[in-house]
Amino acid sequence: MSELFLVAHVAGRGVAIAASQVESVVDIGEIVAVPRAEAFVRGLAALRSRVVTVIDTGTALGLAPTPDDVRRAVITIFEGHHYAILVDSVEDVAPSERLPLSSGMALHRGWASAGIGIVERDGEPLLILDLAAIISDTALAA
Amino acid sequence: MDDLLQEFIAETRETLEAIAGEIVAWEAEPADSARLDAIFRFVHTVKGSCGFLDLPRLARLSHAAEDVLAAVRDGKRTPDTALVNAVLGIVDRIAAIVEAIDAGASLDDADEDLLIAALAPDAQPRAQIQVAPQNRAASRSVRLNVDLLDHMMSGMSEMVLARNELARRLRDSDVDPQVEAALERLSLTVADMRDTVTRTRMQKVDALFSALPRMVRDTSAELAKSIDLVIEGADVELDREMIELMRDPLGHIIRNAIDHGIETPTERRAAGKPLTGRLIVSARQSGNQILIEIADDGKGIDVARIVAKAAEKRLYGVAELAAMSEAAKLDLIFAPGLSSRDTVTAISGRGVGMDVVRANIEQIGGRIVLTNDPGRGLRIVIHVPLTLSILSTIIVGVGAQRFALPRQAIEEIVMVRGNQVRIETIGDAATVTVRGKRMPLVSLGELLDLNGDSPPTLVIVSTREGDYALGVDTVLDTEELVVKPASPAVMATGVYAGKTLPDNGLPMLLLDAAGIAAVAGLRFTPVIAAAAVVEEVVPGVPALLFDDLDGQRRAIALAVIDRVEPVPTEAIRWSGGALRLSIGETIIPLHAVAELGARTEVAVLRLTDGESEMAYAIAEAIEIVALPTDMAPARGTGPIAGVVMIAGEQIELVDPHALFAGQPVTLGSLPVCLLQVDGSGWMETFLKPALEASGYRCVTALAAGETAAVALAMEDSPVRETLAPVVTLRRTPTAERDDDPSIYRYDRPALIAALAARRAM
Repeated sequence: MSELFLVAHVAGRGVAIAASQVESVVDIGEIVAVPRAEAFVRGLAALRSRVVTVIDTGTALGLAPTPDDVRRAVITIFEGHHYAILVDSVEDVAPSERLPLSSGMALHRGWASAGIGIVERDGEPLLILDLAAIISDTALAA
Repeated sequence: MDDLLQEFIAETRETLEAIAGEIVAWEAEPADSARLDAIFRFVHTVKGSCGFLDLPRLARLSHAAEDVLAAVRDGKRTPDTALVNAVLGIVDRIAAIVEAIDAGASLDDADEDLLIAALAPDAQPRAQIQVAPQNRAASRSVRLNVDLLDHMMSGMSEMVLARNELARRLRDSDVDPQVEAALERLSLTVADMRDTVTRTRMQKVDALFSALPRMVRDTSAELAKSIDLVIEGADVELDREMIELMRDPLGHIIRNAIDHGIETPTERRAAGKPLTGRLIVSARQSGNQILIEIADDGKGIDVARIVAKAAEKRLYGVAELAAMSEAAKLDLIFAPGLSSRDTVTAISGRGVGMDVVRANIEQIGGRIVLTNDPGRGLRIVIHVPLTLSILSTIIVGVGAQRFALPRQAIEEIVMVRGNQVRIETIGDAATVTVRGKRMPLVSLGELLDLNGDSPPTLVIVSTREGDYALGVDTVLDTEELVVKPASPAVMATGVYAGKTLPDNGLPMLLLDAAGIAAVAGLRFTPVIAAAAVVEEVVPGVPALLFDDLDGQRRAIALAVIDRVEPVPTEAIRWSGGALRLSIGETIIPLHAVAELGARTEVAVLRLTDGESEMAYAIAEAIEIVALPTDMAPARGTGPIAGVVMIAGEQIELVDPHALFAGQPVTLGSLPVCLLQVDGSGWMETFLKPALEASGYRCVTALAAGETAAVALAMEDSPVRETLAPVVTLRRTPTAERDDDPSIYRYDRPALIAALAARRAM
């Protein structure tokens, strides 16, 4: 059974995000910092009349922080709150088959908890990123 | 009051429409208990509302229906067709009366006794009473779905942002002044619209509280209890929907507090408490919640009784109950069908209250917390989410960033450069002394890692625990903001209460004053405990402090005051040797220490000793104080009992006993003095006023059935036959014989004493 995936680049790597988790893809405006919050919280941004929490995806995955000039974000709703997950770029939305993670594959750091499967795209495997895991894991760590 | 009535009508109408289906279903199947509950809740709500709207007819009908339904719920009666018809007859009549009230029409109540009688178990089935269709009055209000308001609200925010965007773009380019003027007008309209739209959803919690004084007064009067209601924080704004949903639960809780919580004056005296119970209803914002607190100083919840009741009603097994924690036992009051009161009253006590209360509050995402202090009172705190609450805030700037602070948390704003403010470091703790008051200092810039410089402006913030000074760079503005909860990752910091989107389109964080104190490690000694101790050292009788007519400040025991009211001075006359105040058809004695002067109106204390009444004219009532136990007795006589110290001032305490003793009491209870007149008229003209001033009613002939307490006769006129003891008066100052019991007619003290002595025989 195939479902729709958004293909994006995070921390220099191609990932797939289930379209069901994506509300929209936007370029966010000015970000207001949230002092004392965990490093993965980049700040707050206005999205029309809504205020979204901007997540520094690089830091959240335990990698290098997402550069400051990155403005493109995937908007997702988790437990009633809106989050903007910063991504380097967005390529495409395509139907794909969800495959389990290959056995013996060693994912590390944030990839290990956020990676929940694989999709094949033009013969190239992409890790499926669970946005909820990025938010909830890091929120728990906070 | 009209607003409340309108709301009651709209609400009842709506509920009636909603339960119409239930009614039909119940009619088809009387044994269905789920239907029964819906109808039961309806009549219960109507009964509750009637209580304070003063609608006795509706109250009587709903109370009767509720009784029967309660009996059905308890299994004491089986619902048959006759019973269902009778109840539905009442529901129909409630609907008809509500429509009649709305239309301002009258409705014949002749057959209401029949309707109520039909509820009796042995009532004969009878024909349905036909209610003539009433014309509905044109409705002046529209009920809107809150979703629609939500939608309007978010559309409004979009509009504001679009306006801002447009303004920014216009600023960057050269534009025609006419375009600018048009934009200006647009901005004004948008701002105005925004206020209006915001107002459609927001209401001051006052809208919820304004009905309380009346309700408390009526309920306490009905139960012969004396209650002092204190309302705090009525300015907090709350989502309209929440206000609506809070109305019933709050009413229930308050009626419960008065009915079950606060004791009768006798019980309170026995428990060593002030006779007047205290009921404090307050609203405040805490973090991202609004807290509504109802605290009474009554007897609290008797947990053991609740447990016994739960066992009796078989809500839980005995072993299960025994294993429960204290908190779980207390929670039993929320169990359906449990009432701690043994007798059913019109006020509460049918066990429908608390389970419905909790359900209603949980429905709006709130919770309810009980703090029970057996013998000393109960505190109920209702937490409701702040979502969509509008908050009056002050915007502060630190470094390059802005934050909002709830205005209600702010005591004052001071500049450091003034010589009233001194910043000191004690150990490693920064403190600030503002006009002699020392408090901890928290630099917001330092706390948030934004700016390490010494802050030039201090915002004195008050929290439940204590006050502290929050150092900021600037205070920018005040703004009304719609605050929403922030995401958990933001709330985890502990210093924010929510997020908001002001007009400039940049998100802003709302600071949590109490959270900042906690994060900064401030420790306050609990103020509440200290206040309680202070309260305990002033037992004392409550007294009213007032300014008397002569300018002196005096006090009088509160218990003798029936009420304080202004009266026109023309109702006060110097007549019959005393000042008297006419109130309607009656005349009561008035005590005034000085001339009334040129006033046209004067405040009087209406005093009563339970039987007779008098008035005491004052200049102005000041406040209610507790009398200290020590009093310096007054010298000489007069209506001053002594001098007490109140707030460092010598205050004369009025002696109500002397006041009442010095005044003739009301007519009916006066002893009758029969004057055996001799035709000279001396007795009527000379003696009568003197005797009446001493508290006798003088008659020259007894009316039928009247008996005289004492009779007076002149020595030279024959004593007529009378049952009353007779005092004889002589015309000469000295008696002719030593054993002459007669009294010289102008020896007033001897005369009065003789009358009193003979009366006692």
